[in-house]
Amino acid sequence: MSPAPTCLPAVSTLLEIPARLARWRGWGNTQAIGSIVLLEMRRRKDFYVLFILTALITLVLGAMNFFNEARIVRYLKEICLLLIWISSLVIAITTTARQIPAEREQRTVFPLLAKPVTRTELLLGKFWGCWQVAGLTLLTFYGFFALVSGAREHQWPLAAYGQALVLHWAMLGIVIAMTLLGSVVFAAPSSTNTIAFLVSAGILMLGRHLNHVALQLNEPLQTLVYAAYYLLPHLEWFDIRNRVIHDWGLVPWWAWSSALLYAAVYTAVFLVGAAAWFRRKTVL
Amino acid sequence: MFVEPIVRIESLRVEFPGTDPGRTPNVAVKGLSLSIAPGEVFGFLGPNGAGKTTTMNVLLGFNNATAGNAFLFGVNVREPIARQRIGYLPEQTCYYKFLTAEELLRFYARIFRIPKADVESRITAVLRLVELEHARGRPIRTYSKGMQQRVGLAQALINNPELLILDEPTSGLDPLGRMKVRQIIQRLKAEGKTVFFSSHELGEVETVCDRVAILHEGQLKVEGRVRDLVTRYHGDLENIFLQLIGYSQPAYEPGTHLSSGRQHAA
Ligand SMILES: Nc1ncnc2c1ncn2[C@@H]1O[C@H](COP(=O)(O)OP(=O)(O)OP(=O)(O)O)[C@@H](O)[C@H]1O
Ligand SMILES: [Mg+2]
Repeated sequence: MSPAPTCLPAVSTLLEIPARLARWRGWGNTQAIGSIVLLEMRRRKDFYVLFILTALITLVLGAMNFFNEARIVRYLKEICLLLIWISSLVIAITTTARQIPAEREQRTVFPLLAKPVTRTELLLGKFWGCWQVAGLTLLTFYGFFALVSGAREHQWPLAAYGQALVLHWAMLGIVIAMTLLGSVVFAAPSSTNTIAFLVSAGILMLGRHLNHVALQLNEPLQTLVYAAYYLLPHLEWFDIRNRVIHDWGLVPWWAWSSALLYAAVYTAVFLVGAAAWFRRKTVL
Repeated sequence: MFVEPIVRIESLRVEFPGTDPGRTPNVAVKGLSLSIAPGEVFGFLGPNGAGKTTTMNVLLGFNNATAGNAFLFGVNVREPIARQRIGYLPEQTCYYKFLTAEELLRFYARIFRIPKADVESRITAVLRLVELEHARGRPIRTYSKGMQQRVGLAQALINNPELLILDEPTSGLDPLGRMKVRQIIQRLKAEGKTVFFSSHELGEVETVCDRVAILHEGQLKVEGRVRDLVTRYHGDLENIFLQLIGYSQPAYEPGTHLSSGRQHAA
């Protein structure tokens, strides 16, 4: 690598990040553990669910060909995207929620942690694996969505789809980190599943209205709801389905990037929380 | 000359939170002190529930000590740095069942940072050692219990460790399999490795161990060279074991009817 100019220390530090990451032994462990998550998905044939869902989406969208009215076509696209959002949320949450409990129940965590792997790396690896699964799921869903609707409408707003996909993926990152935190706190995957799904769906549907709700409440509830409004991750900000449906064009890139930064911060917060909790456990 | 022990346990006490209404803690290990020198094969004996697994779990950082300290290679077990040089076989077989033996070992080799060029030869070597070469491409799910136990041994050896911590390595194996594990342990000893293992097979312990410790209800009852113990207690290891855990007469005397649930008055 050519030496970075000394006048730009910040830039040179930034440029070093990939190389440093590659040298950090934790990154190797994280990747190795993540690859096991992916392999398990494949071996458990979980991807069949994905194919069935994709077929369903294609069918719904395929029905567009019978209609000539723009309103109905838009409505079908809306149904499709809703289906994509719900399925991706369910896949991300159920995949993540069972990781740590399964490691504990099948006792695979013991030979693993007896090796030079820290508990934090185990969590990071699980996060990385589940997030990759989420990414693959989204690629499949959006790929088919773009194909089928493109075939009908003869236009290919790929940049807009790309923006929507990446935002969606970043949102799933927050959800996965949150679910991982849940799975180290609650022992049973079913409670983690339920809570993670309720919280994510709740935020997606009510998040933007919480401050209005707060106005109509009495103290101390008002303060509580306000606090929730400012503290909870606003997953609904990542939902740009309407732009895709109505062809409103691209989100300004600065807004798009700040949303990604926002997602990174919340993901990190949940991961740090999960790691702190997991490390404190005296008996695995 | 002072040789730094590879395993050093000092007044170790481990309590588990009680589940009874009074929440009296369940004490699994009470003031255990042990040290194991490099190159030794050390047998860890004790009846079920004596605290053997718990002690090993503390060494590996799965459980925290309530009091006392434990060191591996002179480093406190709270620091995870010593694990590069350890091989561990858990009590229950527990591997990713959807992987094949080969894939599992490749995954662990990646964690140990074994250079890419050496991985395949290393995997072949350990699989040959535990005689699983013929099944290397099959999912572990399809293995018999003894085969799974041998996968466990293979993964414990993948990094060519200096210290092996084996929790009942021969449980679930047939007589031939047990003999082979004994041979593996003897071979490791010849290579200068240290082996710390727990077992219920007193005969095998007697043949392979340099030293043994007998634990009962979390307390160390005796510790020393097998030969010395045999002379001191005038009996074989089994007699010593039974004496130390306070067993003196058969529980069921002739005439005891298990089926009727009635017992003769003594
Ligand atoms: N996670 C736990 N929670 C509560 N008590 C535990 C836990 N693990 C072990 N114990 C208790 O600690 C004691 C020692 O158990 P341990 O598993 O160390 O015995 P062991 O010597 O390995 O027995 P075995 O020969 O049956 O494997 C037992 O009384 C057991 O009930
Ligand atoms: Mg045990």
